[in-house]
Amino acid sequence: MNDFAHLLDRLAYEPRRNAKLRLLQDYFAHAPDPERGYALAAMTGGLTFREAKPAMIRGLVEARVDPVLFGLSHNYVGDLAETTALIWPAPAASAGEPVVGPGHNNPPPHVPTLAEVVETLGTVKKADLPARIAEWLDALDETGRWALLKLITGALRVGVSARLAKTAIGALGGHEADAVEEVWHGLEPPYATLFAWVEGRAERPATLNPAPFRPPMLSHPIDEEGDFEKLDPAAFSGEWKWDGIRVQLVGGRDEAGAQVARIYSRTGEDISGAFPDLAEAITFSGAVDGELLILREGRVQSFNVLQQRLNRKAVTPKLLEEFPAHVRAYDLMQAEGEDLRPLPFTERRARLEAFVAALDHARIDLSPLVPFASWEDLAAARADPAAVGAGADADAIEGIMLKSRDSAYLPGRPKGPWWKWKREPFRVDTVMMYAQRGHGKRSSFYSDYTFGVWRDREDGTPELVPVGKAYHGFTDAELAKLDRYVRNNTTKRFGPVREVAYGLDHGLVLEIAFEGVQRSTRHKSGVAMRFPRVARIRWDKPAAEADRIEALETILARGEREIAPGETLKEAEA
Amino acid sequence: MSLSASDLLTLTREGLYCPLGGFHVDPTWPVPRALITHGHADHARAGHGRVLATGETLRIMAVRYGADFCESRQEAPLGQEIRIGDVSVRFAPAGHVLGSAQIAIEAQGVRVVVSGDYKRAYDPTCLPFEVVPCDVFITEATFGLPVFRMPDTRDEVRKLLDSVALFPERAHIVGAYALGKAQRVMALLREAGYDRPIYLHGAMEKLTELYKREGIPLGETPKVVAAERARLHGAIVLCPPSSIQDVWSRKFPDPVTSFASGWMRVRARARQKGVELPLCISDHSDWPDLCRTILETGAGEVWVTHGQEDALVHWCGTQGIAAKPLHLLGYGDDGEAEPVAAPEEAA
Repeated sequence: MNDFAHLLDRLAYEPRRNAKLRLLQDYFAHAPDPERGYALAAMTGGLTFREAKPAMIRGLVEARVDPVLFGLSHNYVGDLAETTALIWPAPAASAGEPVVGPGHNNPPPHVPTLAEVVETLGTVKKADLPARIAEWLDALDETGRWALLKLITGALRVGVSARLAKTAIGALGGHEADAVEEVWHGLEPPYATLFAWVEGRAERPATLNPAPFRPPMLSHPIDEEGDFEKLDPAAFSGEWKWDGIRVQLVGGRDEAGAQVARIYSRTGEDISGAFPDLAEAITFSGAVDGELLILREGRVQSFNVLQQRLNRKAVTPKLLEEFPAHVRAYDLMQAEGEDLRPLPFTERRARLEAFVAALDHARIDLSPLVPFASWEDLAAARADPAAVGAGADADAIEGIMLKSRDSAYLPGRPKGPWWKWKREPFRVDTVMMYAQRGHGKRSSFYSDYTFGVWRDREDGTPELVPVGKAYHGFTDAELAKLDRYVRNNTTKRFGPVREVAYGLDHGLVLEIAFEGVQRSTRHKSGVAMRFPRVARIRWDKPAAEADRIEALETILARGEREIAPGETLKEAEA
Repeated sequence: MSLSASDLLTLTREGLYCPLGGFHVDPTWPVPRALITHGHADHARAGHGRVLATGETLRIMAVRYGADFCESRQEAPLGQEIRIGDVSVRFAPAGHVLGSAQIAIEAQGVRVVVSGDYKRAYDPTCLPFEVVPCDVFITEATFGLPVFRMPDTRDEVRKLLDSVALFPERAHIVGAYALGKAQRVMALLREAGYDRPIYLHGAMEKLTELYKREGIPLGETPKVVAAERARLHGAIVLCPPSSIQDVWSRKFPDPVTSFASGWMRVRARARQKGVELPLCISDHSDWPDLCRTILETGAGEVWVTHGQEDALVHWCGTQGIAAKPLHLLGYGDDGEAEPVAAPEEAA
């Protein structure tokens, strides 16, 4: 368990993908079976057990540590698992005894393996759980305790995707991640046959994954200033860019001939369990690339609505009924065992159209093409999708996709074949309220800005309320000026955060561009922006002339002009 | 006792003051007569009249501030009683950095110990802390919360060496305070068998040379030449904490950002500083050592100078020891240092 804990500890601090990969490979190459297999399962979401509640952990600590000291410590550290890991007393010390080294009468505590922890959590009676956890905490070191508590409270977030873990496993034997994906389906923790194969000690596991994930093809944002003049409109096909989540629907048959249906996110997480309504529609053998959207009465609902479904953990019949998931298909990667990715886009598109028509399922439809003869046509469609066939779905469109007609389906983000051209963002004038130091090469600069807009207090006087945070959109020269402004106008410091002077008479106006507004319970203002960034720094504009909260609420209302669950189209429009 | 501890030491704008002896201890403003516990800039400032400190501390101050950092200086040999006015003072090792000392102040049978900053953990670069029995113990509380239990420094140094082995093509940039921590890390690396050159940021050079002159072997410690940074694959480079995220450090090959500090005990602290390899190495007492030291001095009363005083004062209460926070301002390395260069110069 301690080795796994130290791996998680390093991963939690490591921002670079390649370095994470090295740490993972190093661990998988050295850790024994079945320990590394359970580690892999922990990182790929493959473990199921009874989770421990924070209140139980708190109870265990307060039985051993002065609650006043624990409270002061928790306030300071800010994380229950971490505070507990750090403050947990050595067993001898907690009994008021001096710490004695291991001897005949003091056998060293038994340090649990990850395998033991996982197996115990799967079988332990609820009433016995606290005592077992306390024993483990006694035996582990600080990092081990931290990792254990994160694991058993279901809060293990160390920035490793399932795909990255599989890439590391594959690399042990010189295999691509795709080769691991292909066998993954038939395997169970602790994956002994997988490790034996990649280490060359055994044959490839017999069960091939009949429905593997394939890395999606991604696009580059188009630069209106320079890119269009170099591109030929006749060489490209246009589509709407839908504001949902990118998914892959993959179907196939296992050796027994049973249908296997998988839904993958764009990073390769298997999200089939969260969308049983959509998984049911995967009756085919093939791999469809598309956008997951909520449709009511045939109308695409905004991202706000989709998010309400994504936020729910439990998939209840009510949820399925109120938030029916659909896929708008835009590519066909594989069909009936044939890999279509090498084909040009136009051929894949023809195959996709036939495929969707033959499938004839209400949950899966075709993302329509946007016809255009010139870039001017396309600009008009982007400006007003409703007028060019998108109709009432226009609010769920976040721009245009351009796909080169002769391009193969290439994994990753190749430059040239696919472009995205987002709609004009919303804009609002805000006032800078707080600034925080940035990261990486910006770490010595105040580069993250929290900004606010005006609203009225109960007595009618105006106040600024924070509505978001932005940390890009400016040049390095502008950053240097902003940083100096923050330092010269600081009114308070909170750790790495500075409050700057703001009010009716003073303050810096930042024009913020953003893609939409959502309701938020985390923000005092009740709204949150999507992808906010600094569009312009308005050194010239008085703070009193910045926008009011109503500007954002209007945009929010537009995005929420939805059809309520169970409501018919007619009722919604009435 | 005819004399009370508060007659022996009072609090003035400049810091702790002994009226019977007519001197301040670690004053934060220039005063006519100062006793200095150790050479860190928040305790040892330039511009006093007469200064009494250990020889090492006086030499550290001379390196930092120039030979004329005060009007006159006197060396305090450890363990020796020195009469000042109506009190006698005695310096005893504090184990914090080279030359660091506690100062015991005594008159009419009442003894107060100003410990300055201190630690009990192993440090090959300075003398170990000595327990001085006293009536009033004045302690710091930089790490005065029970979450601060420092690990064995050897394990932390091992973590750094393991990372160098795993990423032999990347430079490891280790932030460390220029006085004490940097040299302790060097000495610990040498004890762990690391015999390659340890590269230094220019700001650490003079103090490191001073340590070597004082007889502490640190091996080969070349100064980083700006033009050669890109070639230092796999090197360990020590620099001041403010430089780990500077443009200066970005010129090394794919740098691993590390920081040797007790603050690294808390993940959020490490993340706020963008540290990828936190090394929990502290020159202050951790919580168990603060508690142990208070008990070992036998003090009936504890004054807490700076840090996380609430928890320590609470703990003293549970032990039946009278305790109060002094709320001294101007001490502590908790404050975030400003960048060495203004951003426009650094860019």
